Amino acid sequence: MIIRFVLNGEETQIDCAPDRRVIDLLREDFGLTGIKEGCGSGECGTCTILVDGENRLSCLMLAVQLEGKSITTIEGLAGENRQHPLQEAFIRCGAVQCGYCSPGMILAARALLTENPEPTREQIREALSGNLCRCTGYQKIVDAVEAAARAMQKQKEKAG
Amino acid sequence: MNRVLLPKNLPELWSFLENEPEARVYAGGTDLLVQMRARCADNLVLICLERIAELTGIREDEDGFWIGACTTFRHLLNHPRIREQIPVLAKALSTLGSPPIRNMATIGGNICTASPAGDTLPPLYVLDADLILSTQSGERVVPLSGFITAPGKTQLERGEVLTQIRIKKPEGYRVQHFEKVGQRKALACAIASMAALVKTSPAGVIESARIAWGSVGPTVVVSPDAEAALTGKTLSPAVLEAAADLAGKAMAPIDDIRATAVYRRRVAANLLLRIGT
Repeated sequence: MIIRFVLNGEETQIDCAPDRRVIDLLREDFGLTGIKEGCGSGECGTCTILVDGENRLSCLMLAVQLEGKSITTIEGLAGENRQHPLQEAFIRCGAVQCGYCSPGMILAARALLTENPEPTREQIREALSGNLCRCTGYQKIVDAVEAAARAMQKQKEKAG
Repeated sequence: MNRVLLPKNLPELWSFLENEPEARVYAGGTDLLVQMRARCADNLVLICLERIAELTGIREDEDGFWIGACTTFRHLLNHPRIREQIPVLAKALSTLGSPPIRNMATIGGNICTASPAGDTLPPLYVLDADLILSTQSGERVVPLSGFITAPGKTQLERGEVLTQIRIKKPEGYRVQHFEKVGQRKALACAIASMAALVKTSPAGVIESARIAWGSVGPTVVVSPDAEAALTGKTLSPAVLEAAADLAGKAMAPIDDIRATAVYRRRVAANLLLRIGT
C-alpha cells in the first residue's frame, strides 16, 4: 500500500507492506541506519524516533501508522553541515562510548528539551529512563543534556 | 503478511470488524506487537485504533471522568485534573513502562491485556471504574472488577471493543496511595503493587478503606478481611500490621524470574504499612 508521510522535513511516499515494522522500513528502504535495533520489544529505546515531536519506539510501530505523520530520525536532527547542540554536547562531554544508544538518547533528549528547556538532572534522568546505555553509566549523558540545554538557551537569547 | 487496517472513526471500525470478525485490535501496540513477533504471527488482520477520535480524550463532568480507551498514558499524566482528583491513578501511570512506552500505550490496552501485573488495574479497581464495551449495535457497561476473568482473559465478546472508561471522583478519601515494587524504576514489570483509598473522620478514625494488589494473583487481589480490620480503627502501625497479615492470606502469588512467591506475598502485604506515611 502507498503510505505518505513527512520524513526529516520532506514529503515522502512509499509503497510497502502495511505490517512492515517502521524500524525496518526506515533502515532498509530509506537507508537511515542511525536508528538501531536493540531488543525489538520496547525495552531499550535504541530505535527511538520522533513522531510529531514525541519520542516513540519504531520497533513497535507498523508502516501504516506513519500515514500523515511527521517523522524525525537522528539523520534529520542537525542542520546542513552543522551538528545539533545535543550532538555537540554529547561529543564534548564524552557521552558517547560505543555509540549504539546515542541516536535514541539524543532524540529522547530532544523531545524533553522541546517540552522543558531547562530540566533538572532528575527530570533528565526520568526523561531518558526508557533508553538504556551499557557503557557510560549515564552521568556523562546527563551532563551532555544539561550542557545542550544551556547552549540552546544561549542560542535562543542571541536570536531573540 | 498481516493486513493492517487504520480506521478513522467508529463507523469505519464497525464496518472493518463486520468484514473481519477475527481481526485483532490494538492501540499503542506495546503489548500485541511484542507478542506477535515472539510468535512469528502471520496472515492475521490487525486493526489499529490510534486514529479514532471518538476513542481518545478525557472529559470531566460533575461526578467524574470519561476516558477514551485509546487515550495514552502521557495524555492522562499531562491532564492537571486527573493528577489533582485521582492521584492514585496518576501515581500508577508515572511508574508504568518508560516515557516512550507512555507516549504510545493506552489505558484501554492496559485493561484489555489483562496482565496480572497491569499497573492501572489496582487503582481502577479501588476507584470502582466502569467499562463501556461497544459494538456496532449498542453498548453495555461492566464493572472493571468482573471484567478480567483470568490472565489475558476478559469478558470482551467477539466484535466488542472497549471504548470508554468511567471513573467517579473518589470524594472524601484523604489517603490516595499507590506503590509498586519492581527490579528497577523504569521498564519494570511489577513484583507487587498496591492501590489504596482511605477515608478518615476528622478524629482520624478510618471510615472506609479500599485496597487492591497487583502481581500477587491471577488478577487483582482484594481482601475484604483486611478492609474490615481497618474500618473503625485509627491509622496506626499496629492496626496496619494486623490488616497486612489478613491481606497476605488473600494473595496467591507465583514464583517467577522476577521474585519468589514468598517474597511477593510479604512485600505486597507490607506495602500496607506505608499507607499512613
